[in-house]
Amino acid sequence: MKYIDGFRDPVVAAGIRARLDAVAAGLQAWNRPVNIMEVCGSHTMAIARYGIRDILPKNVTLISGPGCPVCVTPTSYIDTAITLAERGVIVVSFGDMIAVPGSSSSLAGCRARGGTVEIGYSPMRAIELAEAHPDREVVFLAIGFETTTAPVVAMLELAIRRGLRNLSLLTAFKLVPPALTALLSDPEIRIDAFLCPAHVSAIIGADAYKPFVETWKVPCVVAGFEPLDILYGILGILEQAACGEAAVANLYARVVTAQGNVHAQSLMAKYLEPVDAAWRGIGVIPASGLGLRPEYADYDAGRRHGVVVGLGAENPACACGEVLKGKQRPPDCPLFGAACTPDHPVGPCMVSSEGTCAAYFKYIVN
Amino acid sequence: MSEQTIQLGHGGGGLLSRDLIQREIVSRFGDGALKGLPDGATLPVPAGRAMVFTTDSFVVQPLEFPGGNIGDLAVHGTVNDLAVCGARPRWLSLALILEEGLALTTLRRVLDSVKKAADDCGVSVVTGDTKVVAHGQCDGMYVNTAGIGELMDGFELGVGRVAAGDHILVSGPVGDHGMAVLAAREGIRITHGVTSDTGPVHRLVQGVREWAPHIRFMRDPTRGGLASVLNEVVEGQATGILLRETDLPFSAGAKAAAEMLGVDLLQVASEGRMILVCAPPVSEAILKVWRGMPEGRGAVKIGEVTATKGRVILETITGGRRLVDVPRGELLPRIC
Repeated sequence: MKYIDGFRDPVVAAGIRARLDAVAAGLQAWNRPVNIMEVCGSHTMAIARYGIRDILPKNVTLISGPGCPVCVTPTSYIDTAITLAERGVIVVSFGDMIAVPGSSSSLAGCRARGGTVEIGYSPMRAIELAEAHPDREVVFLAIGFETTTAPVVAMLELAIRRGLRNLSLLTAFKLVPPALTALLSDPEIRIDAFLCPAHVSAIIGADAYKPFVETWKVPCVVAGFEPLDILYGILGILEQAACGEAAVANLYARVVTAQGNVHAQSLMAKYLEPVDAAWRGIGVIPASGLGLRPEYADYDAGRRHGVVVGLGAENPACACGEVLKGKQRPPDCPLFGAACTPDHPVGPCMVSSEGTCAAYFKYIVN
Repeated sequence: MSEQTIQLGHGGGGLLSRDLIQREIVSRFGDGALKGLPDGATLPVPAGRAMVFTTDSFVVQPLEFPGGNIGDLAVHGTVNDLAVCGARPRWLSLALILEEGLALTTLRRVLDSVKKAADDCGVSVVTGDTKVVAHGQCDGMYVNTAGIGELMDGFELGVGRVAAGDHILVSGPVGDHGMAVLAAREGIRITHGVTSDTGPVHRLVQGVREWAPHIRFMRDPTRGGLASVLNEVVEGQATGILLRETDLPFSAGAKAAAEMLGVDLLQVASEGRMILVCAPPVSEAILKVWRGMPEGRGAVKIGEVTATKGRVILETITGGRRLVDVPRGELLPRIC
């Protein structure tokens, strides 16, 4: 199977577009747009990259959700990471975090001032660095949703097995389902359906969305990140809306199963436990994060280095919080494209490769 | 052991230096202007002919990657800069900064590649320099090449000449070099993986000389890729560019690597491709010539110049449109 070209076929795309238009025409009785939230930042990017908003029927609105892990990480987390690097710790991060502004600087700025900040494409980079520098402390910036959490925990298990004593995690892991509950509970946000994340669902399984279908009666459709996946996912949602149904549909069956990745789930449960977590723009959501279990406290960078992720200061004019909840579109923010650009980001949504503001700035024509 | 690696003494100007230069440099490049190792090269410049002069430094890591190494890359980079200025490349300088501890076998492979690439491009290495720095002060080796070429008749290039309706051609799949280097750096192994496209484009330029007056602009899409070059073409101009995603040439290996690493291939460097903007009536003839040459086999038209001021827009496979932005910040570390 051709996993790239097979899902980017322009002829098939035109066929799905025609069906979208036909189903949407049948939804005129709604007298308002169907609001679909694409939860995941990679969906947001792919939608912008393939100009999908441009071709949707007028009565279908895509709202970008909080699924960019860098964007929902509070400013204070960056501040803490900078403090560690300034103390001589080797800080290892995914590239996305590097340019995100903290209260007064970014990790890129810290690195320019002489702090050791290393970028890794894989969490394994932290193990390489810890082994190469046994006399230095290495801290991995462990942020992300379930998709990223699983490989980080696999790295931790390997580090423990190899007896590495100079490696720890600054955890700010987030869980997707509690965030969806928080958004549905917000009376100011009207969400008619979720386009559910692709890779998060590979870990948690499509059944994880059943409560939203049962309690909130919103269709939940799991779709992949390719343009045909997304168009097909939106079509699946509109077809449910047209029949007044709300069900979980897994349209990414080539990767996602009903139960998810059971091995990853058990590995995560072995090392991590649910904790309350602060989400930028949303606030603290109970049990919406994962932290290290007490028996692995030695690998908790916060405890090991005596640092606490505090509240941190955010620019009050930055609308990232509202953007993350889908209450505002990026161009509605007065800073967008003027005071806030990818070169001079004010908020994380403008700098992360999955950020909604970055997607709009980079790709949106009108 | 020490004889097999570069030592600080190889840069000290003494016997070791002389020995290294005799064995490794003179043996390969010692004919012509380098003969006798004068302090500078004396070049026979044709009377009345404008000359083009350029320089480029190469710090790629790893030094050797699928499809090439820092040596042929340093030749192609400078030859291509001359070529897209409308020049016939003639002479190169070659300056090496070597790190103490560099394996001599590596240096030899790189110099063999310089020699082979220079011969293939019809350019002579006529002057050079070798320095050695202590271990840790450079990353194996850095190379600088400067080049001089003769401007060919008929070319009058510049973004100011680009007009709405012009066609945009590219000589083959783009982004292979950047992805090959990145995949090598990150240790990503892909079956039928991506190979650098490093190679010369001067024959492609010489092959289309007869249409020179109709050619508005030429550039090799190195750092920043197609996106950077096309945005340069329209920046501050009354024109824009419309590309069609279905026409963009990418190799299967580059596409696979780019998807895995989350990289937009439009922003990834090639080191053996060129972009050409021309008046519509000559585009088919240029493509036909290019496709008949090994380095232009994959040549295609990728879009047109429009009257949309200053923007590069891509019509995607869904039929929707999106901007093609310039890359920002650190995209790919040290690919050339």
